[in-house]
Amino acid sequence: MAGKVVDMDVKTRVTQIIAEQAVLEPSDVTLDSTLEDLGIDSLGLVESIFAIEEAFDISIPFNANEPEASEFDITNVSTIIAGSEKLIAEQS
Amino acid sequence: MKRVVITGAGTINALGVNVEETLEAMREGRCGIGELEFRDVERLAIRIGGQVKGYEPDEHFNRQQLSLYDRFTQFTLLAAREAIGQAGLEFSGELAARAGVVLGNSGGGMTTLDDNYRTVYEAGKNRVHPFVVPKLMNNAAASHVSMEFNLKGPSFTVSTACASSNHAMAQAYQIVHCGASPVMVTGGSESMLCFGGVKAWEGLRVMSKDACRPFSANRNGMVQGEGAGVFVFEELEHAKKRGAIILAEVAGFAMSSDAQDIVMPSKQGAARAIQGVLADAKINAEEVGYINAHGTGTAANDKTESAAVADVFGAHADRLLMSSTKSMHGHLIGATGAVELLACIMAVRDGVVAPTIGYEEPDPECALDVVPNVAREADVDVALSNAFAFGGLNAVLALRRFA
Repeated sequence: MAGKVVDMDVKTRVTQIIAEQAVLEPSDVTLDSTLEDLGIDSLGLVESIFAIEEAFDISIPFNANEPEASEFDITNVSTIIAGSEKLIAEQS
Repeated sequence: MKRVVITGAGTINALGVNVEETLEAMREGRCGIGELEFRDVERLAIRIGGQVKGYEPDEHFNRQQLSLYDRFTQFTLLAAREAIGQAGLEFSGELAARAGVVLGNSGGGMTTLDDNYRTVYEAGKNRVHPFVVPKLMNNAAASHVSMEFNLKGPSFTVSTACASSNHAMAQAYQIVHCGASPVMVTGGSESMLCFGGVKAWEGLRVMSKDACRPFSANRNGMVQGEGAGVFVFEELEHAKKRGAIILAEVAGFAMSSDAQDIVMPSKQGAARAIQGVLADAKINAEEVGYINAHGTGTAANDKTESAAVADVFGAHADRLLMSSTKSMHGHLIGATGAVELLACIMAVRDGVVAPTIGYEEPDPECALDVVPNVAREADVDVALSNAFAFGGLNAVLALRRFA
């Protein structure tokens, strides 16, 4: 695995991860895209969260049984990036 | 009761990536056993196996699929594609609703388990990939076959160690035989050729370091293999109506339990299963021309199995042929009965009996005609396939030539 990627812009890396899950080019993933828009299902979501955790060496509080209860907001790409940035700041 | 025929076969194993290559290797008595290639193999005492070499998963599956398919599932899907392709069946409507898939395996996603134990124990990581569970569960292969081919009827996985495939195929046979479904996809797969998988077997001290030589006096143990065998079992009239090519008839099966020992085989348990299949399929002992032996190459199995066959068949035991193709493809554990059924199809359909290769010295305790080293032409009406598992769970299938 890539390990801790401190230099790469969080937005770029998260967008890449989500694009890879959606089998799209990163340029096709916009900040207001929802996972549903991108065709990412529940398995794709947990795989994306895993990939983000691996990329930044963070732990994301997320339970697939109650996604709304999680502090990690998965409404769209921009909320996922914001949530990731917050966790990176808290956990670094 | 319905008659059941085989209208499709598929495989991948150390002898070939399809049925044609596998049967050619069996006819030529080729050995698929070689040096194992995987991480940490140098820490093993046993370094040979019937490994599928030169296999590139991404030639067959995309990245998303591979994140969910353990190697045993990949092998299953490749074999299923070949079998269902040969049968020429498309599953939709009523047929899809009734057709199902029953598969055998013993270890499930052993390589997935091995890789992820490394991640958490050896590498000390506290996070694993989210799909570890759906990837390693024993029923993953059956489920993915059901999804790829739209099989919505009775579907499940059977796990009885080395008899898994035979028990699975017996269940599929029964489902078609009793009229519950006109078509069942069945067989089995296994892939435990990884460090942890082989290390566990090493512990039992039953593995050979150099070769699998069933029934030979100088045999010194079993050799593991990997791969899958998948078949389409179809109700005879259903197959005839659509002009399907019939490879052989499944004449019957029997199962028994030794109720005796967790690893040592029992002559009585094996004999009861063989006797049982003759009764179930209404076969006269003299009709049996070939037995694909369990023939693991261990001291205990081969002499026990030979004695069981001698007991059941009496004088006819000296006339029938019995070989162990494990000498070529290794012991595929939960998949072994499925791959070995191919040798039975070859015997009844093509009149060619696969040999027991690596045979060097006669053993008076295994004094049957084991077709040493070279395949033989023979007119075989009925072939039996033996599987006697650890735990004393036995399952024997009978195939009859379809004329």
